Amino acid sequence: MTYAKSSWAVLADPTRRTIFERLAERPSAVGELAGDLPVSRPAVSQHLKVLKDAGLVIDIRAGKQRIYQVDPEGLAALRAELDRFWNTTLAAFKSVVEQPPKEI
Amino acid sequence: MSAKVTETTVNASVVVEAPIERAFKVFTEDFGSFKPPDHNMLGVEIAETVFEPRVGGSLYDRGVDGSVCRWARVLEYEPPNRVLLSWDISPQWQIETDLDKTSEWEVRFVAETPERTRVELEHRNLERHDEGWQSVRDGVAGDAGWPLYLQRYVDLFA
Repeated sequence: MTYAKSSWAVLADPTRRTIFERLAERPSAVGELAGDLPVSRPAVSQHLKVLKDAGLVIDIRAGKQRIYQVDPEGLAALRAELDRFWNTTLAAFKSVVEQPPKEI
Repeated sequence: MSAKVTETTVNASVVVEAPIERAFKVFTEDFGSFKPPDHNMLGVEIAETVFEPRVGGSLYDRGVDGSVCRWARVLEYEPPNRVLLSWDISPQWQIETDLDKTSEWEVRFVAETPERTRVELEHRNLERHDEGWQSVRDGVAGDAGWPLYLQRYVDLFA
């Protein structure tokens, strides 16, 4: 499977990241997300499409609604988390290792 | 710093202005000084993070109450060039006790010049974590999510 954009790039957008985290906590419909966030419903839909294309979320039809949730089968979300974890860790490592050596 | 995500592997790398020996030493001995502090499954504050520098050793967090969380095993230890560790953390951010369901991460140190080192990290075999993904936040103490660390890092350079 190939992704149009890396999970990292997709989740770099703060609104998208917030939406992803909401979905990680609880599957939701577009309306619920739009009600909780300071963005319009069409904007939320657009973000969900990007998340879906990246393999981070899936949608399930529930009656007239479409419920979005973090993809429970795929590893994309785990990879995205680890990607962020290692980037953060290596960046912090760089700042530590480049400090003048301490006398021990 | 760059990162690439493939299906079952995460790659990240960074170039640091430090000799290879120092890069290796700081990465292993001082792991706790740069690990995101909220990467913590103990439920109490971490007093120290210990990287046991030998094959068969562990990378573990010790809480302020004395509790210990061993979240990685040292599989290969080759100073100053390379280490290979397991990742004994499930996608739900709990310690994984079934070792068949753990992934591994390799860190390679490459001297670009006597004073500059490239650190390449590969976290692979993620498919072994086959329990699926439930929540970003389960198992992580407190309600601060990973994006906070990223923001904290960005703020350092603001």
